[in-house]
Amino acid sequence: MKVRSSVFASFILIFEVIGVALFLRGFFPVPVKSSVSSKSKLSDLPPEPVTGRSPNSTRVPHPLFEKVVIMLVDALREDFVFGPNGRLYMPYTRHVVERSSSHSFVAKARPPTVTMPRIKALTTGSIPGFIDVVMNLNSPALLEDNLIWQARAAGKRIIFYGDDTWIRLFPKHFVEFDGTTSFFVSDYTEVDNNVTRHRDSTLKRDDWDMLILHYLGLDHIGHISGPHSSLIQPKLLEMDDILKKIHSALISKQTEGALPYLLVLCGDHGMSETGSHGGSSEPEVNTPLVLISPAFRRKEGTLKPDVVEQIDLTPTLALGLGLPISQNSVGRIIPGVFEETSLRDKLRFLHLNGHQLSCLLKDSLPSYEKEPGFEQFRVAEKAHGSWMKLYLEGNTSEVLANMGKKVLKQYLDALNAMSSALGKQLGRYDMYSMIAGMVVVFQLLLLLLLALPEALSGAAAVDVPVLSAVLSLPFYLLCLLFASVHVLVCTSAESSCYFCSLSWGLVFAAVVFSSALFCILISMAMRRLPQEHKTYRKSPLTAPVTEWSLSELDVLLLAGTVGHTLSLAASSFVEEEHQTWYFLISTLCLGVFQDVCRKYFRERIVTGDEEEPVLSSKDRRSGHRKADVHSEKWLALATPPFTLLCCRLLRSLNQTGVQWAHLPDVGHWLNSAEHKVVLSLLAAFCLVLIYFLVQRRCSLVSKVALALGLLGVYSYRAAVDNVSFPWQHSGHATSRGMLEARFVYVFVLGILFTGTKDLLRSQIITADAKLRSRGLWEIYSGLVLLVALLFRAHNLPVLCGSLLIQTLMAQFIWKKLHYDAAQTTIMHYWFGQAFFYFQGNSNNIATIDISVGFVGLESYIEAPAVFLTSLSTYAGPLLWACHLICHLSSEGERSPVSLSHGCYCLALLRSVPAAAYIVLVTVLRYHLFIWSVFSPKLLYESVHLLLTAGVCLFFNTMERGPGSGAPLQCRR
Amino acid sequence: MWDHEIKAMASTHAIIAASVFMATVLPAAFVESFSVYGTHLVWIYAVSFVVTVVSVAVFWLLGVTPPTKKHTLGYKLSRLFRCCLYFFLSCLFFHTVVVLYGAPLIESALETFSLAVLLTSLTTLRCLCVLGPNVQAWIRVFSWHGAMSVWDTCLQITVSCTLIGAWFGAFPIPLDWDRPWQVWPISCSLGAVIGFLTGLVVAPTWIHYHRKQLTYKCK
Ligand SMILES: [Zn+2]
Ligand SMILES: [Zn+2]
Repeated sequence: MKVRSSVFASFILIFEVIGVALFLRGFFPVPVKSSVSSKSKLSDLPPEPVTGRSPNSTRVPHPLFEKVVIMLVDALREDFVFGPNGRLYMPYTRHVVERSSSHSFVAKARPPTVTMPRIKALTTGSIPGFIDVVMNLNSPALLEDNLIWQARAAGKRIIFYGDDTWIRLFPKHFVEFDGTTSFFVSDYTEVDNNVTRHRDSTLKRDDWDMLILHYLGLDHIGHISGPHSSLIQPKLLEMDDILKKIHSALISKQTEGALPYLLVLCGDHGMSETGSHGGSSEPEVNTPLVLISPAFRRKEGTLKPDVVEQIDLTPTLALGLGLPISQNSVGRIIPGVFEETSLRDKLRFLHLNGHQLSCLLKDSLPSYEKEPGFEQFRVAEKAHGSWMKLYLEGNTSEVLANMGKKVLKQYLDALNAMSSALGKQLGRYDMYSMIAGMVVVFQLLLLLLLALPEALSGAAAVDVPVLSAVLSLPFYLLCLLFASVHVLVCTSAESSCYFCSLSWGLVFAAVVFSSALFCILISMAMRRLPQEHKTYRKSPLTAPVTEWSLSELDVLLLAGTVGHTLSLAASSFVEEEHQTWYFLISTLCLGVFQDVCRKYFRERIVTGDEEEPVLSSKDRRSGHRKADVHSEKWLALATPPFTLLCCRLLRSLNQTGVQWAHLPDVGHWLNSAEHKVVLSLLAAFCLVLIYFLVQRRCSLVSKVALALGLLGVYSYRAAVDNVSFPWQHSGHATSRGMLEARFVYVFVLGILFTGTKDLLRSQIITADAKLRSRGLWEIYSGLVLLVALLFRAHNLPVLCGSLLIQTLMAQFIWKKLHYDAAQTTIMHYWFGQAFFYFQGNSNNIATIDISVGFVGLESYIEAPAVFLTSLSTYAGPLLWACHLICHLSSEGERSPVSLSHGCYCLALLRSVPAAAYIVLVTVLRYHLFIWSVFSPKLLYESVHLLLTAGVCLFFNTMERGPGSGAPLQCRR
Repeated sequence: MWDHEIKAMASTHAIIAASVFMATVLPAAFVESFSVYGTHLVWIYAVSFVVTVVSVAVFWLLGVTPPTKKHTLGYKLSRLFRCCLYFFLSCLFFHTVVVLYGAPLIESALETFSLAVLLTSLTTLRCLCVLGPNVQAWIRVFSWHGAMSVWDTCLQITVSCTLIGAWFGAFPIPLDWDRPWQVWPISCSLGAVIGFLTGLVVAPTWIHYHRKQLTYKCK
């Protein structure tokens, strides 16, 4: 079957996306969960162990606290309270921490340090899987066993004010609640006033047992201006004042004889030096945890806070309130909290915690008996039993006390061991699904590589021997083999794996597909062997001078692609991938510069040397005036250095990565309040420049629409208070720019519609190349307008720079120097990658700007939010890919197959790193940074692959234009 | 065919390589606590200075430099002046390129400039020695098949080796190993010097083994 290479490439990409999806399903482990999905019950609690007596004393320890107030300050960093500035930021809290009856800890949050997984962790005590980040925005109800459910089941009345994530996680759990949406990151006063306004009235009343307050303002300030902004101190003082009010209200309510209250101050996660969160750097992970209660011993002097896990709070709170520990909790109780209880109670608490952990261990680990922690717990339980026996016999000697202390220590060790064993369980992968996905992806990549010479030949078509492969004997044998392997694996594996749980039809289709691919691969390889020499000569990549010599630029492009793929193996290179791309495009610019110099300078020398001029004579004779040629020459010579300069300026706009992310950058400077005028001028200038760069090839209607749209973009930014109009003096417009944003959307849709109309007309009715390229360009300009709306104001220079470089390069470099489709595609891809990082993206989830999903939307609607967020995140690569389409199709007259070649190269460029990365991640799956560095990158890679598949499909529709008569010819 | 020239080249290169070695070892006697990492700038300037002096001396003695047409003192002086100017311009050029590659603009300007000086003394200086202050000739040598003598080929090889060395030297900088040699610009200057030394070895060897294929137009 003969297939055009673009069609071939898109098919391969689509199947690759499926393979990668299968891999991802296997890679991201389902968190440790008890196999029985029920909730712990008070009646299920184990009896207190007593040796030699029937276990009849199922005494449940009394609760320690009557009322609990949890004050959760979003993104409260450890050093805001305990650091050197803590005294300035939170004076009352510091006073309480140092002088009052309280316990303070540094609680380590596990990455991903994003709000919803943290709330889940705090309430269930489990460690949410990585994939929870992706689901961060839409949070369905939490069905797992959790503290809030337990409290409600025990008849406790819970009141909640704050981030409405809680309300979605725990519907109908609160007797009273008021949720605040956290989507409008620019608002940091209303969100907190919403919470605080209920505080006093609630504290006066007596009809509640648990009060949860979740303050969002600090997190929003972090996102807007970082942890060192001037807004931080007033906000923290406000929080401190709130804590003081709550504390004094609780003190005044405390009556003699009643159980004491407990006031908890904690953060869900910290804040990085740039003010975002999501990763695993120290400032993001370390949060303060302050427990205040008259039940604790009064402190003297300053103490360095101990380090605990954030999830340790869950069992501590559960036991403190007399509730069973939730089933999937991995935390250990904090011993300090129970210091004032009797030794018997202490041992009982530890026993309950240990019992729960050992049950979880039993459920989630087949070889649980070999775990040292499990063994230790058994021993400790026995010792506990004999201690109880002595205790009940009325023994009060010192021996008993010493023995009790020993048991306590044994319990603590056992808890540690079991908790860490469970933590390690998170690294269990569904290897079978992973390998299945990997095999498919690799077969497809090999196919892509094997078909390379054919696909990049002049015919741009690949002969895929589907029929012969399917009708051959090896195909059936392979089918049988794969099917039997599948049955073997699925019946023998103890752990459930996703691929086995698929329906038989799907599995059968996968088996057939994979074996067919295998046969096709072999037959194509066989065909390639004898005629290697003939096909290589056709490949334009190797064509330029002689058969085998590559120009320096080709070497650079190939080496860069390979080198980048290899660099992904090092965690630092993944963290700092932007450096790789910046380095590569700088080198690319210099390489292009050398080519340009060679073209324009050597010409002169050669013509002086009475040798035949290589390229110049054609240009010179074709009616160009000498001055034109001259100016063109200098413009062409100036383009690469200008591009280099542009890129250098753009990279100082957003500091990304990990190691140098905290360095000051121009973006922060522009965003500070005192430089608003500069930002306004810059944004206006960029918008005007964008207009002039884009409008050239549009129709009149689109030109007007584009101008109005860009005007709308500016007024949207003015409405959300990023920039200002000259006549607008006092800012703080509280409008969210709904109207302006929708105004722009109308024009975006209008331009896209005109473009599509032109395209369709050119495809179906007239087959006019000019109309087609205008339609394409209109679609491109619609995209540009949309991106201009979504980009933050300080990022507009990125968009502007990309348009400028595209225009100059297309005008003076790509056409004039006769780069072929493959070279142009690689350059576009590289620039796209670099612009991905210029916009401030990184390989960390935290840099995704989720606020983009709400531009022009009243509330969260999943589909448009996801679309807008991914569009703005991948704006760089997408814009360059779209420009590639426009550029190649305008080249169409020169070589009609260039679109096909471009599409093929793009597919290859994307699948090589994706496939290599899958293998790397599999090999490095026990690496220390797998969750913080490699997994986010894996998600980025897969989404990029998905988008590239989309772009390739678009390429296909473009190509069905004039000239290519019958795209699909079925021979054989 | 060019056995004589290849021998001269090999010995020249041996002398230059030895001088680089001396520049790394000897300053320890004069400068207190001298080390390549610790007092990196001193090392850079020592190497640059020694390479400059030795190359100028050796090439002047060998007489590779194209003979001047006029022999007046004024012409020679202007030639010398132009050489110095080109040297300085080339330092600025390398500095600019390195900054465009991402070196901080203000913070470590001195380090960046030192690297530029080192690169200039390893590459541009050689061009000045072999080709004289003649930009036309430089462009000729560094375009396709532009070499017109063994020395031109040698120049191509050493210069590209040095630049590639410096280029590769930038790779370890983002790694989080916290080693002393990852500090800007140590790895780059080390890479440049290593590339330069490699080029010194490779050039005569390569020419020796390819002397049959090499044909020069004007020789
Ligand atoms: Zn949060
Ligand atoms: Zn946040």
